[in-house]
Amino acid sequence: MPDIKAVSRQLAKDLKKYRADYIEARLEESQRSHITYRGRELESVGQATAVGGNIRALVKGGWGFTSFNELSDLPSRVELAVKQAKLVGKEESRLASVEPAVDTVASEKHSPLAISLSEKKQLLDEYNDIIWRTPRLQTSVIGYADSHKKTIFLNSAGSYIQQQRTDITLRLSAVAAGDGEVQQAGLSLGSRGDFSSIKGLHQEVAEMAKSAVALLSAPQVKGGEYTVVLDPVLAGVFVHEAFGHLSEADFVYENESLRQVMVLGRKFGSPELNIVDSAALRGLRGSYKYDDEGVPANKTYLIKEGELVGRLHSRETAARMNEKPTGNARAINYSFPPIVRMTNTYIEPGKSSFEEIIADIKEGVYAKNWFGGTTSMEMFTFSAGEAYMIRNGKLAEALRPVVLTGNVFTTLNNIDAIGNDLDMNQGGGCGKAGQMPLPVSNGSPHIRIRKCLVGGS
Amino acid sequence: MEEILAKAKKVAEAAEVFLLSSEETPLQFEANRLKSIQTKQSTHLALRIIKEGRLGYATTTEPTARQGLVESAVETAHFGMPAKFELPSTTTYPPVDILDPAVESTPIEKMGQLGEELIAIIIEHTPDIICEAMVAKETISLALINSRGGQASYKKSIFSLGIMGSLIRDTDMLFVGEGQSSGHPITQPQDIARVVLNQLELAKNQASVPTRELPVIFTPRGVASAFIPSLMMAFNGKTVLEGASPIGNRLGKKVFDQKISLWDDPTIAYRPHSRPCDDEGVASQRTPLIEEGKVASFLYDLQTAALANTRSTGSGRRGGGLPVPSASTIIIAPDKTTFDDMVNDIKEGLVIEQLMGAEQGNILGGDFSGNVLLGYKVESGKIVGRVKNTMVSGNVYQILKEVAAIGSQAEWVGGMVNTPPIYCPRLSVASKQ
Repeated sequence: MPDIKAVSRQLAKDLKKYRADYIEARLEESQRSHITYRGRELESVGQATAVGGNIRALVKGGWGFTSFNELSDLPSRVELAVKQAKLVGKEESRLASVEPAVDTVASEKHSPLAISLSEKKQLLDEYNDIIWRTPRLQTSVIGYADSHKKTIFLNSAGSYIQQQRTDITLRLSAVAAGDGEVQQAGLSLGSRGDFSSIKGLHQEVAEMAKSAVALLSAPQVKGGEYTVVLDPVLAGVFVHEAFGHLSEADFVYENESLRQVMVLGRKFGSPELNIVDSAALRGLRGSYKYDDEGVPANKTYLIKEGELVGRLHSRETAARMNEKPTGNARAINYSFPPIVRMTNTYIEPGKSSFEEIIADIKEGVYAKNWFGGTTSMEMFTFSAGEAYMIRNGKLAEALRPVVLTGNVFTTLNNIDAIGNDLDMNQGGGCGKAGQMPLPVSNGSPHIRIRKCLVGGS
Repeated sequence: MEEILAKAKKVAEAAEVFLLSSEETPLQFEANRLKSIQTKQSTHLALRIIKEGRLGYATTTEPTARQGLVESAVETAHFGMPAKFELPSTTTYPPVDILDPAVESTPIEKMGQLGEELIAIIIEHTPDIICEAMVAKETISLALINSRGGQASYKKSIFSLGIMGSLIRDTDMLFVGEGQSSGHPITQPQDIARVVLNQLELAKNQASVPTRELPVIFTPRGVASAFIPSLMMAFNGKTVLEGASPIGNRLGKKVFDQKISLWDDPTIAYRPHSRPCDDEGVASQRTPLIEEGKVASFLYDLQTAALANTRSTGSGRRGGGLPVPSASTIIIAPDKTTFDDMVNDIKEGLVIEQLMGAEQGNILGGDFSGNVLLGYKVESGKIVGRVKNTMVSGNVYQILKEVAAIGSQAEWVGGMVNTPPIYCPRLSVASKQ
C-alpha cells in the first residue's frame, strides 16, 4: 500500500503554494471485514482494504472538492480543486477561526483486527443456533461488520492531525411466518471496536427470535392519537430524528425563515427537557477528538430547560451565523466532503421511574426498540420494533410493530415525563446527503409523549 | 487483472476478477446558488474465488495490492458458503446503448447554467422558495474476467438533474422536488420544473382529511415510494428461496389485480441502470415479474439460482460485497384511465405524491405505514389543497389485489422506475387535526 504518511508530509509542504482562501486534505487507509448469515447458512464473508483521499479548496465562498483512490500526482488534484472553487466563488470566504492543531491521537484501545475471523464466526454461529432453536421461524439475517481506519488531516493553516477509528456493528433479525403472514424482530448493536461488547448476548438473541413468532398472533393497533411511552432505545432515535436533524446548522444558516423558526431562546419543551450532542464523551461510536475539519470535539447543549440554546456547526455555518464552531463537521469517508452531523445525541435523565411514567395512563402505547426513522425537519416518522398496549397503568397485550409520526414543534412540547434511566444505544447509523451509515449513538431515558399519532388499522 | 486471475487460479478451482472504476462530477447548488463543484474518481477491484468448493472474497481500492488480495480471499474461503454455481464461460451479450460521449464532454459551465435556469424557473413562480439542486455527470467502466474464459466489459454515461425546494412560513414547511437521470445529457430543465411547479400549485391551500378509510390515488412518485420497496424484496429470488416472500409459492397464480403487469428491464437504451450484462457476466434480459396479475417469475443471481434449481435472470448486482439479486429498471404497464378521471371519480379522498417512512414497517410482509410528506385532499372530484399531519397504512398485497384503476400515462421516477398512477378504492388514513 502507498504510505499515506509519506504522501501527507510532502502535501503539507505544498498546500501553502496555491492561491486559495483555504485548502485541506484528508488521507485515509482502512481495513474492514464482514460476515453475513441468511437463514441457517453463512452467506458471505469478505475482507476489504481501501486507500484514498480528498482535497477541498475554498475560494471566495465557493468550494471545490476532489476525491481519489490514486495517490500519485496530488499536486494536479489540488490544482483541480482550486480551479473548481474559483469557478464557484463569487462572494467572501468565511470560516470560524480555529487554532491549527498538530496532534497524533493515541491508538484505539480495542481493534477488531486483533480478533481472528474464526473467533468472530464462532460467536455468530452461537447466536444463529439460538435463533434457530425457536419454533415457527422462517428465516433470519445476521450482519456483522468491523473496520479500522487511520486518517491524516492537514490544512493550509498548518493543522496536521492523525486519528484512528475502530467500529463494530452487529444487526440480527428473525423472521417468523404462518398463515401467509410474515413478521420480524431485530436487534441492532454496535461498539467502538470492542468485540467483547457484542459477546454474551445469548439471552437477548433468544428473546428477539421469540418475539418475532409472538408477533404473528399480535393484533395491530387501531390508528389514532395515543399517550405513548418510548423506551430509551426508541426515545434515542426520536431525539435524533425529530430534533437532532433540525439543529444541524447547514439546514438553517442560509434560510432566513428557518433561522427565525430556530431562533435561540425559542421554547420547545418543558423545563425538564435537556438535549445534548457530544462527541467529547469517550468511547462511543460518535466520539472523536477532532472532527473532519480539525475542530476539537465539544459537548453542545441543544435544548436546556426546554429552550433552544445551541446548534451543531461546521466552520462555515458557525462563521455565517456568528456562533462558535462545535466540531460537528464529519465525512463518512474520503470520497465525501465533511458536512454538519450529529455524534452522540441524548436526552438528559429526569426524575421519574418507569412505573411512575405509566401509572396514570388509562389507554396508551408502550413502544420499544428501534426499527428505523426519518425526518423532513418539520415532520418525522419513526418505527418501533416492539409495542404493547398500556391499560390502566399496566403493560398489556403485545401489538404489531407501530409507526409513530408527528410534528417536532408540537411533539417535544408534549413530552410530559422524563425517566431517570438514561441508556445510550450504539446500534444506530445515520444517513444524510448520500453519506450513510455514519457511526453515531443516541440515547435517552424512558419518556412519555401525550397525543402522539400512531399509524394502524 | 490478468495477473491477479493467473495467481488466483493457482490456489483455487475457480476465480473471477471484477474491476469497477468511475469518475463523477457533481455540481451542488445551495440556497438558490452554486455552492460547490466536485470531482470523484474511484476504483474498486474485487476477487471472488472458489476453493475446496467454498466462496472466498476480498476487495481493494488499489489494483497494485495484488499479493494481499489473493491471500485475503483464500483466508475467507475457509469459512465461505459452498459455491453451487459455475462462472459463465464465453457469452454473447445483447447490444444495449448506454454510452453517450456527449455526457463526458459537457462543459462544467453548461452544467452550471442548467442548474441556474432550473432554479430561476422555480423562483419566478414562488419567490420565497429556497432550492437545493444537483447537476451531475458520471462515467462508469466495468470489466470482469473469470477462470472459465468468461469476460465482459462496458462503459456507460449517466447525467442527472434534481431539485428540492423548501418553502417555510413560520413552522409550516413544504417540501417539493423532482429529479431525473439519463444516459444522455439533460439539456432542458423544463420537464423537471413542470413537476415542481405543479406540486407548488396544488399545495397552495391546506386541507384536512378525516381519520377513516378513504379512496387514494398514488401518483407515479407515490407508487415508487409506497409499493416498490416491498415488491422488490418479495420478487428477490433470495427472499423466495428462504420462504420469506409472501408470494414465493404463488408462481403462476393470480395475486394482483388483472390490470397490473410489471417487469424488470436492464436493456432499455440510455437508462441509468441499463447494461449488457450483470455484475457476474450473465447476459441482461427483460424479466416479467407480474403478467396481468399473475406472478410470472423472480429475480436471480448465479448462486441463488443454483440453490433454487433455476437459471440466473442476469440480476446479480454488487454493492461492494458479493453479488445479490437486484432489480435494474422497473416498468409498470399503463392502462386506460387518465389521472383527471381518477380525481373526478372521488367524492372525498387523497392523492399521495410522496410518502415518508414507508420502508420502515414490516416490508417483508407488505405492510406499510407512512407520513404523507406531500399529498393532496380531493373533494367532489377536485384537488383542493395539501394535507399535513396525515398517515396512511395498509398492506401492499391487499391494496394491489384489487385496484380501482391504473393510469394511462406512465412517468419516469428518478430514472429507475417507470409507472402510471394507481388508484386504490380504500386505504386507512389517520390524521391529526
